[in-house]
Amino acid sequence: MVQLLKDEDRIFKNLYGTQDWGLDGARQRGAWEGTGAMLEQGRDWIIDQVKASGLRGRGGAGFPTGLKWSFMPKEVGERPHYLVVNADESEPGTCKDREMMRHDPHLLIEGCLIASFAMQAHAAYIYLRGEYTFERQRLQAAVEQAYAAGLIGKNACGSGWDFDVYVHHGAGAYICGEETALLESLEGKKGQPRLKPPFPANSGLYGCPTTVNNVESIAVVPTILRKGAEWFSSFGRDNNKGTKVFSISGHVNKPCNVEEALSIPLKTLIETHAGGVRGGWDNLKAIIPGGSSVPLLPKEICDTVLMDFDALREHQSGLGTAAVIVMDNSTDIVKAIARLSYFYKHESCGQCTPCREGTGWMWRVMERMVRGEAEIGEIDMLLDVTKQVEGHTICALGDAAAWPIQGLIRHFRHEIEDRINLYRSSRPVFVQAAE
Amino acid sequence: MSARRLAPAAQQPANASLSSDALDKIATWTRKYPEGRQRSALIPALWIAQKDAGGWLPEAILRAVGDRLGMAYIRVYEVATFYTMFNLAPVGEFHIQLCGTTPCWLRGSDALKDVLARRVGPQNTVSADGKFSWLEVECLGACANAPMMQLSTDVDEDPYYEDLTAESLDAILDDLAAGKMPERGPQNGRINSAPEGGPLTLNSKDLYKAAKKLTKLPNQSKKVALTRHADDPKEKRATKGGAASAAAENKPFAAKPKRATQAADEKISKPKLLYTDGPTDGTPDDLKKIKGIGPKFEGDLNAKGIYYYRQIAAWKVKDVKAVEAVMEKFPGRIARDEWVKQAKALAKAAS
Repeated sequence: MVQLLKDEDRIFKNLYGTQDWGLDGARQRGAWEGTGAMLEQGRDWIIDQVKASGLRGRGGAGFPTGLKWSFMPKEVGERPHYLVVNADESEPGTCKDREMMRHDPHLLIEGCLIASFAMQAHAAYIYLRGEYTFERQRLQAAVEQAYAAGLIGKNACGSGWDFDVYVHHGAGAYICGEETALLESLEGKKGQPRLKPPFPANSGLYGCPTTVNNVESIAVVPTILRKGAEWFSSFGRDNNKGTKVFSISGHVNKPCNVEEALSIPLKTLIETHAGGVRGGWDNLKAIIPGGSSVPLLPKEICDTVLMDFDALREHQSGLGTAAVIVMDNSTDIVKAIARLSYFYKHESCGQCTPCREGTGWMWRVMERMVRGEAEIGEIDMLLDVTKQVEGHTICALGDAAAWPIQGLIRHFRHEIEDRINLYRSSRPVFVQAAE
Repeated sequence: MSARRLAPAAQQPANASLSSDALDKIATWTRKYPEGRQRSALIPALWIAQKDAGGWLPEAILRAVGDRLGMAYIRVYEVATFYTMFNLAPVGEFHIQLCGTTPCWLRGSDALKDVLARRVGPQNTVSADGKFSWLEVECLGACANAPMMQLSTDVDEDPYYEDLTAESLDAILDDLAAGKMPERGPQNGRINSAPEGGPLTLNSKDLYKAAKKLTKLPNQSKKVALTRHADDPKEKRATKGGAASAAAENKPFAAKPKRATQAADEKISKPKLLYTDGPTDGTPDDLKKIKGIGPKFEGDLNAKGIYYYRQIAAWKVKDVKAVEAVMEKFPGRIARDEWVKQAKALAKAAS
């Protein structure tokens, strides 16, 4: 029997917005308590605690957060340090940061202060996607509350540290979720990713040392410090510690967001929190377990797989943003992936040729596969092209466009073949007459 | 990638400029960035300009923004054509962006596209009456509430409409055509992104009782008094007013009447901020006479205890903010429509 997460162990206690989002409500839920004391413990203590908690970045790549913070220069030179929070949530399937920003904004602001202090940054920019207009206003209101209460601003929380939070926004570009594209966009340019190195920790926003973190990675930090690193690391398997907000969408009876412990079995997650798959578990066809960029998993794997970084990687997929997209047996799976191919074609920034040309090419071939209007041999050609796009671009958008197609061919090649055969059998065959 | 170009010359207005209100807003944004980095405000500035210019960005407006930020025009064009939220051609008064990416598609966005095609017409064209236009967009980040759409109007906030069906989308379009603003959020009665039928987690009542006070931080390396911070005079002032409202959970207004009554005691002529027991001070005024208040808003205001012009006339900036926080929609609208000024005039006329 799987042990489910208890309510008191959930970090985001106002995930559904049933309570007061403001400062009073947040305080009642425990936010901003002992923040000044945490800062007094010193930078090294904060970073050590975050490292000890086993927190891995919640934006998709799963890089250890404490380690990332320790890459920042130890001393502040001529260039100021910055924290940039990536709230450009646009990975299809993902809708968790939105809930945190509109319903528990103070946890994020408190996290910004702690993280910035640990990295000696006096300013943090929170970059929201442009479409989140309501969330932006809510967050701005929360920032103003925090200023008015002396929690941020000059002498934040009585720590002697001056700290400003600025809310910034984009205007509808998926690519700005990539950290260097986000920095370009924050500087008022097109969101085209930068070559790395130099990494942002050396040369980021305005050429200054910068760390870019996901909303969830930052917002969980205050609670980890308040409850203790060992509390956080008591959830999940080794190397996959902590709690995580899962977004469950698609063909389930009750789509929702829910915070659970990592390493929860996928089947338990869906049956306990999302009302099960439409038409019962046996009606399941496939699941995309971590947002559109990760390869899908067929039912046989979904039966037993655990929801964490390592378990999903063993099955050649990934946890990504933990956005679970469920597809039942009624789904035209080829079309579902073709729609994602269109998404990547639409969102490619156009900078690298393999991605700019490749995403369009892959989408056009996928559309033909949907109709069955292709040759059997083209399946391998498509697979080959995905391998040529993957790893040959500045950022990971090329990879993200390639993986869903690779997953489809890996697990559902027979469906594509059947469709091609069906299409061909319904057409007259022209055979050259023998002389 | 998608190629986007400025509207053809025939569609560009001969003259267009930014209002002083928009310029003020842009100035607020430029202050967020370090000296010499004002270009960072470009995207927010274009967004403000688009709202100001009627929902799209004519070339003259792009130039005006470039001039304001001291940038070469080409840099502004680059950004305006890169980001898909900038409309480069005219849109309807109500511009609908319908999400069609896989999570929404799985839950029936195709049926919604049919509704829009039937009622509004093809994508990227404005309906004959100038009221509607629509566009299929990529994932808007509300996948647990799929299928969904975003509505752009002339107000700062573009609301999301979630958990749509062909019927509820039809109803929204009917409302908009009739000049009513439909309630945003899930259209099937759900609470935000909680499962349909109510949350299955976070239900225990003890969860929101005042949390146990921390006595020490776990794993602390040096002993630190946790109370020090709470003694901060600034801090004290902030919590004092908040204590009452914290108890009243989610009712930021609950703390106000007390202060308002005190004020009323001091000076009888001053109206109460809120009449929580109903309109006890004579016949309620017709708040609908204030431009920007319809029957829906009037009902909302009455429900909060606001019945008279003189109440609204007495609002200070912080009261306006409090009201907006409670109404949870159209932030900035009270100031833009000048409710307070209108209420003052109406109150004067009535007396």
